[in-house]
Amino acid sequence: TLKLICTTTAVQRKNVGASGPEKYTEAFIKKQIEEFNLGKRHLANMMGEDPETFTQEDIDRAIAYLFPSGLFDRQARPLMKHPTEVFPEQRKIQWGEDGRPFHFLFYTGKQSYYSLMHETYEKFLNVQKHQDQLIAQDLPLQKEKRNLAGSRWLTKIELEEMLLEKVSDDDYSRFIQLLQKLVALPCADIEEKYIQKFSKEVPLQLQKVVIEPLQHDERGVAFSTGEGKRKTARATAVVYDNGTGKITVNGIDMLHYFPVLQDREQLLFPFQFLDRIGKHDMVCTVSGGGRSAQAGAIRLASAKALRSFVTEKEVEFMRQAGLLTVDPRVKERKKPGQEGPRRKFTWKKR
Amino acid sequence: DDKLLTEPLSHPDFFSVKELFTLKDLFNARVHLGHKKGCRHRFMEPYIFGCRLDQDIIDLDQTVQHLQLALNFTAHVAYRGGIILFVSRRRQFCHLVESTARACGEYAHTRYWQGGLLTNARIQFGPGVRLPDLLVFLSTLNNVFEPHVAIRDAAKMNIPTVGVVDTNCNPCLITYPIPGNDDSPAAVELYCKLFRMTIIRAKDKRRQSEAIEELR
Repeated sequence: TLKLICTTTAVQRKNVGASGPEKYTEAFIKKQIEEFNLGKRHLANMMGEDPETFTQEDIDRAIAYLFPSGLFDRQARPLMKHPTEVFPEQRKIQWGEDGRPFHFLFYTGKQSYYSLMHETYEKFLNVQKHQDQLIAQDLPLQKEKRNLAGSRWLTKIELEEMLLEKVSDDDYSRFIQLLQKLVALPCADIEEKYIQKFSKEVPLQLQKVVIEPLQHDERGVAFSTGEGKRKTARATAVVYDNGTGKITVNGIDMLHYFPVLQDREQLLFPFQFLDRIGKHDMVCTVSGGGRSAQAGAIRLASAKALRSFVTEKEVEFMRQAGLLTVDPRVKERKKPGQEGPRRKFTWKKR
Repeated sequence: DDKLLTEPLSHPDFFSVKELFTLKDLFNARVHLGHKKGCRHRFMEPYIFGCRLDQDIIDLDQTVQHLQLALNFTAHVAYRGGIILFVSRRRQFCHLVESTARACGEYAHTRYWQGGLLTNARIQFGPGVRLPDLLVFLSTLNNVFEPHVAIRDAAKMNIPTVGVVDTNCNPCLITYPIPGNDDSPAAVELYCKLFRMTIIRAKDKRRQSEAIEELR
């Protein structure tokens, strides 16, 4: 067969299932399955195991043993899997021996999509007929509201996977509009099963951050923990109630661990903001980063721990002051062709 | 086999298509109503009976003859196992036409017509496609009131066409035009019923003849 060089959009839009008769016919897949089963038995005999109870995990282990590969990409290593997993699901040839296509909408080009629209419209007409019958008999129309909050329609990609053919954006939006019209009718409960095929449940994500309650240690003192990070530093802080304002970092007193005033100010800022300087004790552990980064990490950890001691209003004040936000700034990478992240090489006129 | 194919051709009305409808049925289904005088197409003038209050009336005698010829032709095509493609670009009747095609066991295309469907079929569908042997138009115009592209493409690919032509349509390239109304639901339902009955009749006759041949 001749290969086309200069292509048009019609050629690119080829129906993949119809054009590759040498590769993906049903007979070919069947042959591959037989070969796979035979190969499985040979492999079991080679490994000295029972061919009847040879599972896919045993196959993988056997192949990894017989063909050790040092390649990093797992998909490049030798693979032995069932042909249905290896060959992607494709549409086989759409017409029979006498040439007559199987599907009545074959000549439209997008048979699955248009047949889907046809079915959905038929359901729509059914619901309308039912509604008319109810009205004619003067019966009340059912008004049970479907829970729309917890469900979403299928995405375009999911629809493409379902139909096994490409769906354009316009077609997809038209389909969703038709479904919405169907759902909007009062008697749509009749076709509930059909609609459920195209809707998926979305677990409602709780946006609220849960403030942990106070814990009590052996002496009866209330305490709470918090975690914080800044650049590469990670810190955990435990804030105790009924304290004297002592702060211990990695077992060392704050004055000795942070000789610089600026870092100590950073540590004390949450307490100063809430007017609780002498009332709490703090024990924290910190690792990574530098001097300033560790101070920032501990500040965030202590602010998170203090949320449990404080009213919701004050938590909101803390949030607005920026005490509870993780600082996203990290070191910017160096780019090629420049000396640093922003600095360019010295420009010489000649 | 040869006898099966040549025997229907010797009778003028092998499938007794004339019994399927009468002029009265066409009148009751409002097939004679055309568009206004201003929409009239020049080539439709021979088929128009007259004009009343600016609305064109189609000559039902001619319609009856054309309809009999067309139904006879579709019956012969269906008898010989040909592929019939129903085409209509009217959104109102899209569902009806598709259901009729499905009921007959034939094919329908009531959606957007992609340019190279007939002329570029080898590349769009695959190397061994079989093109339709007959196109049946329930409405020859598309959504912009222009002649449907399929008429011209079928003429290019030597595919015979049967089409319902209204007073604003161009009947030139259609092999078996049927002058008649294509806008009223009653008229379109009548056409669908007639086509469905002819095709089913023809297929049943074919199966009967094959069974008789096998018994011998």
